[in-house]
Amino acid sequence: MVSLAHDISTVPGVEIAVKDVSHRFDLEGAPLPVLDRVNFTAQRGEFVALLGPSGCGKSTLLRLVAGLEPPTQGGITANGEPIAGPDPSRVVVFQDPTLFPWRNVRDNVALGLEAQGLLKLRGARVEETLLLVGLEDFAKAFPHQLSGGMAQRVALARALVNDPDLLILDEPLGKLDSLTRLSMQGEIVNLWRRAGFTVLLVTHDIEEALLMATRVIVFSERPASIKADIAIDKPYPRHRDDPDLVARRREILGLLGLDASW
Amino acid sequence: MSLVSIEAASSGGAPALPSRETLARAALAIAAGAAWLFFAFVTENWPDVGEWGRGPELALAAGGFGGALVFAGLLGGFFPRGAERLRRYTPWLLALGLFFTLWQATTAKFALLPQPFFPPPHALVEVFADDWPKLWESVVASIRLELLGFVAGALAGFVVGVSLGWSRAFGYWVHPVMRLIGPMPSIAWLPIAFFAFPSSFSASIFLIGLTTGFPVAVLTWSGVASVNAAYYDVARTLGASRAFLIFKVAIPAALPHVFVGLFMGLGASFAVLVTAEMMGVKAGLGFYLQWAQGWASYANMYAALLVMSLMCSGLITLLFRLRDRLLSWQKAEVQW
Repeated sequence: MVSLAHDISTVPGVEIAVKDVSHRFDLEGAPLPVLDRVNFTAQRGEFVALLGPSGCGKSTLLRLVAGLEPPTQGGITANGEPIAGPDPSRVVVFQDPTLFPWRNVRDNVALGLEAQGLLKLRGARVEETLLLVGLEDFAKAFPHQLSGGMAQRVALARALVNDPDLLILDEPLGKLDSLTRLSMQGEIVNLWRRAGFTVLLVTHDIEEALLMATRVIVFSERPASIKADIAIDKPYPRHRDDPDLVARRREILGLLGLDASW
Repeated sequence: MSLVSIEAASSGGAPALPSRETLARAALAIAAGAAWLFFAFVTENWPDVGEWGRGPELALAAGGFGGALVFAGLLGGFFPRGAERLRRYTPWLLALGLFFTLWQATTAKFALLPQPFFPPPHALVEVFADDWPKLWESVVASIRLELLGFVAGALAGFVVGVSLGWSRAFGYWVHPVMRLIGPMPSIAWLPIAFFAFPSSFSASIFLIGLTTGFPVAVLTWSGVASVNAAYYDVARTLGASRAFLIFKVAIPAALPHVFVGLFMGLGASFAVLVTAEMMGVKAGLGFYLQWAQGWASYANMYAALLVMSLMCSGLITLLFRLRDRLLSWQKAEVQW
């Protein structure tokens, strides 16, 4: 399946439109609503953070955008084309790196190209991408030999090697220690600014959203609906002590009902 | 003896005492050598209560081996690395020397164990020396039958297991049949198999394959079914086809389980192999055992048992090697 995004590859990124999407799970016959009439459009090259309490359904929204599941109601389009299934132009980095333990780092990164039969044609991209995430010396290491941060870097490289139009990040830094987390936040922003793809980042870390995204969408408790859509019009690199960002953080905490803390 | 070690250790000129470790190493090697020399002495000089061949040859070999061990113990100080390597085996060699002496004394020399059911060591040597062509022929026949059945059963079990893990329609038809037939010991099929198949050889291949196939199918199935669903999500978002999901995700992820099934299948198939050879196949170690029993040649039976244990152990070792090659990405678990 070739999406429209591939055809107009001169302009990086993709426009993702989520229209009136509701979704529910069937748990033993009892329907569990997780998304309630969600509407938003991510412009080409935008970095959108989806912020909300944990378990509110934001990750489900990402699975729908990735095409892993169809929404119960409503529709999602990529550059106007409905999303009918997964496509390597929209890749996901999950909270767990989920590297294949039987493949070394290089072969894990090459996974997408191999699956699409492009390994012969674009194999050099594997080495380039390893260099990009600083893992060129670990190409032959196996996943069980890597630290959590390194493994997540490999997962990032495995996504980027496909030159995606949309990078879907599902709390990718959630399980890392705080130092690794800070440095990878900066790295991801740099990669995005260089390549120009669209980013959807799910997080429950307000600071992370404010430091990285051009736009923060705040979700309610499950079933998730949009509470606020806030543009963060600030140059990079941003600083956490920036008074504007501090004000925004207080505002978002208030939206989440947590203004008493901090 | 320790004088030599002392000289060797004092290489710098100043006389230094050898370390306790060096002395213990030498003492152990010499003790092991002494046990083998004693075994040789008992074999050669104490009179046998019956007629068994190859006593002098065994005494000569054991004596030579014991002498070499004593010699190695004396010279160990000069070759610390060789002595260290030998040190790994000397406790076992000492125990074996004592065991053989005990065996020799309780059988050929004093007949404390009932005769002729417990032949002495040199009776086994006689079998290996005089009957090796027949033993060798039997080993080749057994390995041939075992491998044909095992490989056929393992392949069939693997395919069935993957299909069960992947296809609901396949599972609907095959799962009940497998539940009914799989747990039954395949040997129960033996009487039917021997007349249903054109030859007892092909019947045995079927039985060994059935024995191997069941655990391989079940473990492969459970391996495929327990693959982390996130692996499929990752592969699908990267553009994987259905074939890619089966061959490049499900099967490699299930491989550790598959090997558990292969080990179980191989172990179980040995029992079927020997039974089939005893019951109908006119070749192989099981047949040899049966034949030796018919002639009341007890030494031949023990010799065949020894060869059989070496063969089974060798086949298991080969399977371990294969696993270590294919699953080198796993942290090493059991060392065989």
